[in-house]
Amino acid sequence: MQTQPNGNGSNGTSFSWPTEGGARVPYQVFYDPAIYAQEQDKLFRGPIWNYVALEAEVAQPGDFKSTFIGDTPVVVTRDKEGGLNAFVNRCAHRGAMVCRELSGNRPTHTCIYHQWSYDLKGNLTGVPFKKGIRGVGGYGEDFDRSEHGLRTLRVATYRGLIFASFSPDVEPLEDYLSPPMREWLDRLFNRPVQVLGHTRQWVQANWKLYFENVKDPYHASLLHMFHATFGLYRSSQQGGVIMDAHSRHDVLHAKPRAEEDLSTYESGLHSYQKGYQLADPSVLQGRPEFEGLFIQTIFPCLIVQQIANTLAVRQVLPKAPDRFELIFTYFGYEDDDEEMREIRLKQANLVGPAGLISMEDGYAAEIVQQSVTGDRSATSFVEMGGTEVADEQSLITETAIRGFWGYYRDTMGFHAGA
Amino acid sequence: MSGMSAIETRFAVEDLLHAYVACLDHDELEDWPNFFVEECLYQVIPHENASQDLPISLIYCDSRGMLQDRVTAYRKANYYAPHLYRHVVSGVRVLGEDNGVITARANYVVLQTHLDPVDYGSTEVYSAGEYRDKVIINDGVARLKEKIVVVDTSRISSLLATPL
Repeated sequence: MQTQPNGNGSNGTSFSWPTEGGARVPYQVFYDPAIYAQEQDKLFRGPIWNYVALEAEVAQPGDFKSTFIGDTPVVVTRDKEGGLNAFVNRCAHRGAMVCRELSGNRPTHTCIYHQWSYDLKGNLTGVPFKKGIRGVGGYGEDFDRSEHGLRTLRVATYRGLIFASFSPDVEPLEDYLSPPMREWLDRLFNRPVQVLGHTRQWVQANWKLYFENVKDPYHASLLHMFHATFGLYRSSQQGGVIMDAHSRHDVLHAKPRAEEDLSTYESGLHSYQKGYQLADPSVLQGRPEFEGLFIQTIFPCLIVQQIANTLAVRQVLPKAPDRFELIFTYFGYEDDDEEMREIRLKQANLVGPAGLISMEDGYAAEIVQQSVTGDRSATSFVEMGGTEVADEQSLITETAIRGFWGYYRDTMGFHAGA
Repeated sequence: MSGMSAIETRFAVEDLLHAYVACLDHDELEDWPNFFVEECLYQVIPHENASQDLPISLIYCDSRGMLQDRVTAYRKANYYAPHLYRHVVSGVRVLGEDNGVITARANYVVLQTHLDPVDYGSTEVYSAGEYRDKVIINDGVARLKEKIVVVDTSRISSLLATPL
């Protein structure tokens, strides 16, 4: 029997949000196929902006990139006039995937099934046998190519990041991002970037578990033990959490304190170990570029990171209730010199699927998924730092997670239960 | 270099490959850096990047020390699901030799068997790809000057902790 979540006209009532709000998360949201389907409608195809590409990935006229918004396939193109376009990658005829490559450069996109062809804006430009053969078959006089283009999306850019939306009513991108979030994007995307490559992870967990992870500074020194193992950990980093007014986006930022204070670890936490040293510390050598680090999440599918000299955007693509793909796109700046480029390549050892510091993040989502599936009565407990949702000057907090769930609950139309 | 015949060189390269993957499959990672010379390159790069001349790697170590650090992190720092690796190597080709450095290529497949309680005992194809090796033979001992692992399986299942 399938659950029908309540809200927005759904007829079932077996799902309601706990009265504690974002401080309790019903595990059902991580495995229920009906909730997953609603997310596709209300979030990914709803009145919000989804990150789809960097402008640097579609720099030249004809360049294209195949990607997804939620689980809907889309194509991003640069047209002959230099404009950016996005359309659903589904032939207007009978639904075949038109663009079957990850990226490339083409003047037109043609569906192989019946050779319907489209220009870079998604307009239908060619239909074989439109008039039939020798007057037999074909479409009628009223067939109008302009009514059968690809489903186009709204597109907007901010500092080289391309976003798309299914909604004609979505607020302007700059407002969606919000001033406090734009400040961090302005800082990182301050000049033209150069893409250095991609990595991909296939994670057997719900996509929202990854958002909990990247909004959670509490786990950083406890799950990720690289620094502690090698005696490198700045035991009490200074930092905090900044959110937008809706608490749908956030920034976690940190920088080392001037004075080391190991007392937190020596009081018994297991994650401080002594006695190991890096045989080759060159992996940590970098150049002063930004102060500290930051990890920013832009609802619902983008993470922006600056960790030492590794710069990346991460795209989260839900594939099923219990599966998502995580794509890292690493970049530097066009004006990086050889040494800087080498630093970025070497520091990439620290992050991503084989990242010495943070390879565990996808795995952490998986071990939650494995345990929560099926139990409709159980919830998590998200009260580190209290129950409020507010910016904080502390990293021992789950405030951004609570903020995320509050916004998610409201946007999904889930109501608090008795 | 050593004045070995082509067939002796080929055997030496094949023996090195088989010993290398046995070391990984038998969880003898402490020996793994010793398959490399001190100044070495071990790079695991997705085919997606290699084919587009994009330089980002999954793992990029340019010294034996960095390989040792990987092992220490694997044993002491990183968390990952308990698993077994089983490498299958085939299509070994010795492409040539230049100044004592032998160039060789081989295909690999890694089958991963899960040992966690949820998937215990199930096996999946974890990774397929190509080894692009540069080998030096000194005093009858073959070592890797360079091992570039071009990973066809760009989409990494969960994470990459154990070396390929």
